[in-house]
Amino acid sequence: MSKVTISMANSVNISLEFSGGAELLFDMVKRHDVTLPENSQPWTIKSLLVWIRDNLLKERPELFVQGDTVRPGILVLVNDVDWELMGELEYQLEENDRIVFISTLHGG
Amino acid sequence: MAASGLEDTELLRLREEVAEKTREIERLKLMLAEGNDTKAQQAKDAPPTLIESGNIQDIPTFQPADRLDKPAIARYSRQLILPELGVKGQLALCGTSVLLVGAGGLGCPAAVYLAAAGVGRLGLVDYDSVELNNLHRQVLHTEGRVGTPKALSVATAVKGLNSTVQCVPYHLQLNSTNALDVIKQYDIVVDCTDNVATRYLLNDACVFTNKPLVSGSALRLEGQLTVYNYKGGPCYRCMYPTPPPPETVTNCSDGGVLGVVPGIIGCLQALEVIKMAAGQEVSYSQRLLLFDALDGTFRSIKLRPRQASCVVCGDAPTVTQLQDYEQFCGAKACDKTQSLRILQDNERISVQEYHTVLSSGAPHLLVDVRQPVELDICQLPNPINIPISQVSRPEQLQQLKTAVTCKVQQLEQDDHKLPVYVVCRQGNDSQLAVEQLRNLLSDLPVHVTDIRGGLMAWARKIDTSFPEY
Repeated sequence: MSKVTISMANSVNISLEFSGGAELLFDMVKRHDVTLPENSQPWTIKSLLVWIRDNLLKERPELFVQGDTVRPGILVLVNDVDWELMGELEYQLEENDRIVFISTLHGG
Repeated sequence: MAASGLEDTELLRLREEVAEKTREIERLKLMLAEGNDTKAQQAKDAPPTLIESGNIQDIPTFQPADRLDKPAIARYSRQLILPELGVKGQLALCGTSVLLVGAGGLGCPAAVYLAAAGVGRLGLVDYDSVELNNLHRQVLHTEGRVGTPKALSVATAVKGLNSTVQCVPYHLQLNSTNALDVIKQYDIVVDCTDNVATRYLLNDACVFTNKPLVSGSALRLEGQLTVYNYKGGPCYRCMYPTPPPPETVTNCSDGGVLGVVPGIIGCLQALEVIKMAAGQEVSYSQRLLLFDALDGTFRSIKLRPRQASCVVCGDAPTVTQLQDYEQFCGAKACDKTQSLRILQDNERISVQEYHTVLSSGAPHLLVDVRQPVELDICQLPNPINIPISQVSRPEQLQQLKTAVTCKVQQLEQDDHKLPVYVVCRQGNDSQLAVEQLRNLLSDLPVHVTDIRGGLMAWARKIDTSFPEY
């Protein structure tokens, strides 16, 4: 009998923030402290987006995600840095990370 | 002696004559001075020439001063003694041409501080005219100037503050045919606009003419600020290569905005321009400022560098001339809410028809799909309030179904359907709601339509005392 070992990634505590109007899709709550459960793969922004869509989004998911990424006009920050500098979808989440989703504003 | 007596008389006469001539000279001098003053006053009071689409090239020449005269030193003394500015910085500022696009919530505060600080030439572009609902945030306009072009209104205000600034008001919509001609006359461009299409237009035009773009935006209780296309930093398209879907963009008239929020961002835009013009480092190139007025927080975010793959400023640009930005963004280059036509005419009723329904007391349900805060402003009698974003939520739907069941019992004949009328402010959300409710209520004997033009049509056509907002 072969023995299959699955290495599980630990659960991760992170804080999620939504601003610029993105919070409207989350019952107007700007900050969510969440625990991502144990996972077969390390948590990335990509898997986080799926988790948010399934667990946190209250309405109209197409206004937040398109395909496997955020819709155009939403900027993602990892600990106050543009996610483009952090590996975008492939960034691996760490304990106590702060991930911010900002809808860009156009009013004046 | 007689001779000496004659001499005395002659001297006296001459003295009197000199005195009289002196008075005459003083009188003439005074008249001359008054004449000059009147002329100067008239020149100050005269409204600046408004540039419109036909005369874009006809702007007055700009001759920067090579030294500060006594009035300039007196005026700018409190900032001249700052080592960071000094005479050198002030002269540089006085020699700088700044183009402000948008004379609204961001443009007003930006204009007032740029003019006060002594920027040389200030171009002001806006296609719109002043409305009463602008005044809570667009603080340079006045009640007396409601109806006048915004660019002219700001120019008038700014001239009263600092007549030495050359103000050039443009009453026109900036677009891909005129933007380069306007922008090339300036050193720095300030984006105080209110829509996505114009933001992309300004970005591309600034890349093509190699001008820095100081970009601000505000909505509700939040503001954002970034300097684009400056000293090798990223441009707007490096950050946002694809425009947002139009349905995700909210304007100030739908989302609301607290006046002081664009006020703060507009002031910070002026600050970045002043530092740039005076030769200081700017703070928000490749950085994004996020201002949250509710939390009272300012957060500064490090942004990506210029993107080699950028279609307009990258290593192999594919966009090399201005394009049709309304088409690119799928949205108009203004912040006016566009009227949607989702339902057929026979699926909607007019405000007159609803007025008849209401007067006759015929059984029906009115569903108001605005936010609760909007119902506090004004409402028609006995609405059921279900905000558009919550129409499909089970608890809201149950409330509606209960109300329908209750009303159906009032119908005279069983085969009649209960009319359900959906209303909102302008008649857009009501159409979207009708589409959803038809499916959600398909198991009930109802006929769902919306009220064309919404409550604003009601205010204009049925009850003129009804508030418009």
